Amino acid sequence: MLGLAGLLTRRNLIFTLMCVEIMLNASGLAFVAAGARWAQPDGQVMFLFILAMAAAEVAIGLAFVLLFHRTQLALDVDAASEMRG
Amino acid sequence: MTTLFYLAGILAVVATLFAVTRRHAVHALLYLIVSLLAVAVDFFALGAPFVAALEVMIYAGAIMVLFVFVVMMLNLAEHAMEVERAWLKPQSWLGPALLALILLVELAYGTATSPSALSPTNSIGPKQVGVALFGSYWIGVELASLLLMAGLVGAFHLGRHAIAKEGEHHVTSTDATRTDTRSDLVHAGSGGTSHAA
Repeated sequence: MLGLAGLLTRRNLIFTLMCVEIMLNASGLAFVAAGARWAQPDGQVMFLFILAMAAAEVAIGLAFVLLFHRTQLALDVDAASEMRG
Repeated sequence: MTTLFYLAGILAVVATLFAVTRRHAVHALLYLIVSLLAVAVDFFALGAPFVAALEVMIYAGAIMVLFVFVVMMLNLAEHAMEVERAWLKPQSWLGPALLALILLVELAYGTATSPSALSPTNSIGPKQVGVALFGSYWIGVELASLLLMAGLVGAFHLGRHAIAKEGEHHVTSTDATRTDTRSDLVHAGSGGTSHAA
């Protein structure tokens, strides 16, 4: 099951923010799997922390993406809607 | 239970693969939502129902809604109608719908079988998680609250900066109201995630 988490993390790099989400999610899955393996609640606690961090990170990241897109729009009206955070 | 876990795991890997390889952002988001739901099923199969519920609510709910908001706002152009018409073609939603259908079949199987056979033996309920969270990890809770506060202030700062810069160019710009609604949505979204977390 940890191999599954590793598979989830490996291929990314294009949609940066989305892939950061995927990687955080995979590490959370690894934490929960380890916690279930040794029957401890610590893994789920760690997942809660990862969840809070992902929420904060995605709020900041998306605000930055909006700002970046607006400056791009001011420079060039034909700027495409590619999500290059 | 094991087959449920591995089926959901394979589904999550396939959906993530599609999500990373799609060129269009909205298609990738659809696949990513399916992947997150599959991971939630995995959490439930691992004996963590509380975390599975949180995954569905916060990841697949709040964070993905933020992503969809931003993608929709970035696509506010003159050709938005054509873009929407292109999105409504079946080939764009057929793949995620198929994967979600497999998850639905798993859910139906789970509700059809008896709950005693479904729940794993070493299930860790929300009570234990809460005791561990506010018992030995209280400093982590404080740090997470600090981090969420910092994230809220940072998102507000970015949006406010945009508003201020918009005020300078107010005479020339034609879409001041539109950008204002954008930054308002960013604020509302960040506040929602911090509340939910």
